[in-house]
Amino acid sequence: MDPLSEFIRGITRDNPTFGLVLGLCPTLAVTTSVENGIGMAAGTAFVLIFSNLFVSLVRKVTPSEVRLPVFIIIIATFVSIVDMVMKAFFPPMYAALGVFIPLIVVNCIIIGRAEAYASKNNAFYSVIDALGVSTGFLLVLMLIGGIREILGTGQIVTFGYTLVSLPVNPSVTTMILPGGAFLTIGILMAIINYQKEKKRVRGE
Amino acid sequence: MVEKALFTIFMDGLFLNNFLLVQFLGLCSFVGVTKDVKSAGGMSGAVIFVMTMSALVCYPLYAYLLVPLKLEFLGLIAFIVVIAALVQLVEFIVRKNIPALYRSLGIYLPLISTNCAVLGAVLLNVSSDYNFIQSVLFAFSAALGYTIVMLMMSSIRERSTLVSIPTAIRGLPQAFLLALMLSMAFVNYFWVIPV
Repeated sequence: MDPLSEFIRGITRDNPTFGLVLGLCPTLAVTTSVENGIGMAAGTAFVLIFSNLFVSLVRKVTPSEVRLPVFIIIIATFVSIVDMVMKAFFPPMYAALGVFIPLIVVNCIIIGRAEAYASKNNAFYSVIDALGVSTGFLLVLMLIGGIREILGTGQIVTFGYTLVSLPVNPSVTTMILPGGAFLTIGILMAIINYQKEKKRVRGE
Repeated sequence: MVEKALFTIFMDGLFLNNFLLVQFLGLCSFVGVTKDVKSAGGMSGAVIFVMTMSALVCYPLYAYLLVPLKLEFLGLIAFIVVIAALVQLVEFIVRKNIPALYRSLGIYLPLISTNCAVLGAVLLNVSSDYNFIQSVLFAFSAALGYTIVMLMMSSIRERSTLVSIPTAIRGLPQAFLLALMLSMAFVNYFWVIPV
């Protein structure tokens, strides 16, 4: 195992959305803009890195029968920290993400990585794994958020800077409504499946 | 604050803020267990039960224990522990007393403690300042709304297994595209039922 390939695995093969298909609720709910996506990914990354680190540190002293409650308490502690910090320092972001910040606690990505990776590997690799998966999550949220924001509003505005602005505003309102999230992720998954299928056929 | 009518809260949970299609809560089970109507029904039954029960337990815990002690910041940890314990308890009771129900709900019960819809309902109750009756009603109607969508989705998916579609779209992409159509219909309830 070398750290770099472990990191990249989190973005590609173990990508939370397209590889593992975990944590769909925040992926779909908060991606009305790139900015919200970044905020959500940052909160999740913080929780994931620290929960992986601590789960990995206590893995030898935790009996396997009670490991899930232990993981949940560790995760809930860090989610409470993120919740309070965001509420205090980034109120507009907190208002936009709403109930999905406290809901990081039941995000399957985090408990999934704790169970599948951090409880079996040492602290260093667990943190690398968390960094990789978080980066994968960030990229997916930015991609979906970007597609929805540009089709829905005609421009991408992130933290006060206009990154992209279309000359004609398409204003497909559906894209920033809940339906747009299902449409975007459905089409992206279909494209990925198509590529995989093509690769498989060529391989044979 | 004007007190919301109970009927408004009921419609709100059932359609306007439908957990699956409008709020995006509980989507893992939405794409995971809607392959056939039977398991979707089983999952929905378990959700109705646990969601109503957890609202029933979490409200007194928050309002009469955490708020007077000024421990609101522990709310999240308390709720998740209560829900996990409740799911365990429900599992024991159902297994012992109603074995038939246990056999049909069995595998779905453990899944529920990580279903964000249950915790979401409790958190939304707290953030909307609902009282006891309102909290329980909102949780119940949200679970009922969840059931309606689960049953609709699983019926459509069960039928569409016979349809010939490109392999790339089969499975999850197809489920999401179906969800898009259902969701567009549900979002339009905003205009049908003015609140």
